[in-house]
Amino acid sequence: MHPAPSLIFFSTLSGLGLGLLAFLGLGLAPTEGLTGLIFFALAFALTGAGLLSSTLHLGHPERALKAFTQWRTSWLSREAWVAVAALSVMGLYALLAMPGLRLAPLGWLGALLCLGTVGSTAMIYAQLKTVPRWHQPTTPLLFLGYAITAGALLSGRVSWTVVLLIVMAALQVLAWRRGDAALAKSGTTTGTATGLGGRGRVRLFEPPHTGGNYLTREMVFRVGRKHRVTLRTLVLILAFALPALLLLLPFSHWLAAIAVVSHVVGMLAQRWLFFAEAEHAVGLYYGQSAA
Amino acid sequence: MTALPETTERKLGLVIDLDTCVGCHACVTACKGWNTQNYGAPLGDDDAYGAAPSGAFLNRIHSFEVQPDEGAAQTVHFPKSCLHCDDAPCVTVCPTGASYKRVEDGIVLVNETDCIGCGLCAWACPYGAREMDPIEGVMKKCTLCVDRIYNEALPEEDRVPACVRTCPAGARHFGDLADPDSDVSQLVAARGGMDLMPEQETKPVNKYLPPRPRDEIDVLAPFLERVDEGPKGFLGWLDRALERL
Repeated sequence: MHPAPSLIFFSTLSGLGLGLLAFLGLGLAPTEGLTGLIFFALAFALTGAGLLSSTLHLGHPERALKAFTQWRTSWLSREAWVAVAALSVMGLYALLAMPGLRLAPLGWLGALLCLGTVGSTAMIYAQLKTVPRWHQPTTPLLFLGYAITAGALLSGRVSWTVVLLIVMAALQVLAWRRGDAALAKSGTTTGTATGLGGRGRVRLFEPPHTGGNYLTREMVFRVGRKHRVTLRTLVLILAFALPALLLLLPFSHWLAAIAVVSHVVGMLAQRWLFFAEAEHAVGLYYGQSAA
Repeated sequence: MTALPETTERKLGLVIDLDTCVGCHACVTACKGWNTQNYGAPLGDDDAYGAAPSGAFLNRIHSFEVQPDEGAAQTVHFPKSCLHCDDAPCVTVCPTGASYKRVEDGIVLVNETDCIGCGLCAWACPYGAREMDPIEGVMKKCTLCVDRIYNEALPEEDRVPACVRTCPAGARHFGDLADPDSDVSQLVAARGGMDLMPEQETKPVNKYLPPRPRDEIDVLAPFLERVDEGPKGFLGWLDRALERL
């Protein structure tokens, strides 16, 4: 799949922001006074920037309100509802909590809605049978895990963060391993795509046209094996190993800041790979193989 | 509404004969032409007269090579357009309700004034049947020429999809696949019509007829009376005379 910058920034930033909001809602980060204001402002800014970025890839953003109508079947529509609910509840919670009136149940509801938003985003990808690499239980687990880790990291819960970083590194490796085998395991091949598989080996002899088209640009994206290994290594170092190491050293705000920046850069690389590595079934009609 | 109907009264669709298709792309051109001038936004092109033209098409022809374990390879021309699936995943993912499947005839359509151009339906379709219009920013797909098949202003023989009407080889057939007595259903039954990617569980309405085996020699052929292939007339006399020398 095409790694669109708008989608990479959307899922990374909103994951960071919603994770922090969830921690604020649960009272696991400072919510009062000026410190509270800074935390809430950061969380809302990250979430807002992410959500705005997601509208950049729309052909008709002016009709975006229509996306609230089909929540019965569409995860994208559900995401829109849960996101608005999360921001409204957390906005009210923040307004009350900053002067010192923290309504705990309201915060819990807000935290649930924040994680619900992340979960809905993940389900948009996980529901797609056409992209076997995404159609896995690890997809929602990864998205939720990254958001919770970011929440712990940004709210300064050092020991939680270190544990979460280790767990997430393992989950990420598992997701890659399962993902690499997913297309072959799905049973979709050029043979089933053309219905000719029973007759012999099927190979694209001539594409429909000499140039690219919307489908090839959007869904038939190849990452070189060499880049794949390099980038995966970078993700493991930047998103997990380096932040964990920095947090295990005697605490200083500078080291924590570097840990946050490193984790975010690692997350961006992870999201780039998440899209770029994902093979869409339609690629089989354009000469991609299931191997 | 993006919830799919339980059943549709009819299942209008195409039956495509992979044995007959010659890969001429006439259906591609006819489709592009009709759908640029009629229903909905014109099918757009980017840089149409420039160095890197690219446009939206609702029907494209791929050509595949099939290499059996033994014997010669075979080329199969493979037209591909929307299969108007019974369990169309493109419809249920749509957040705005722009995509829908019609109860009366099963055609999957996009209401272009509701489409936000998010592209999720194109991701959900395993067949690559949906393409974003590069000019309008809305999703385009095969309408089964809904503006032809019910159009009483057209002569009756033209009330079929443009691709079917134009196919010079007769490789494309249009009809109601819910009616077991329809021509298309009988064709599917007789020729072993198949679904594309059945494992994706989309239940496509369109069917593909597999190519017939090539170069099959009748088992009785060796017992038939031999046909004299020797030359006749003057050449025959010359042949016999030269042989005697």
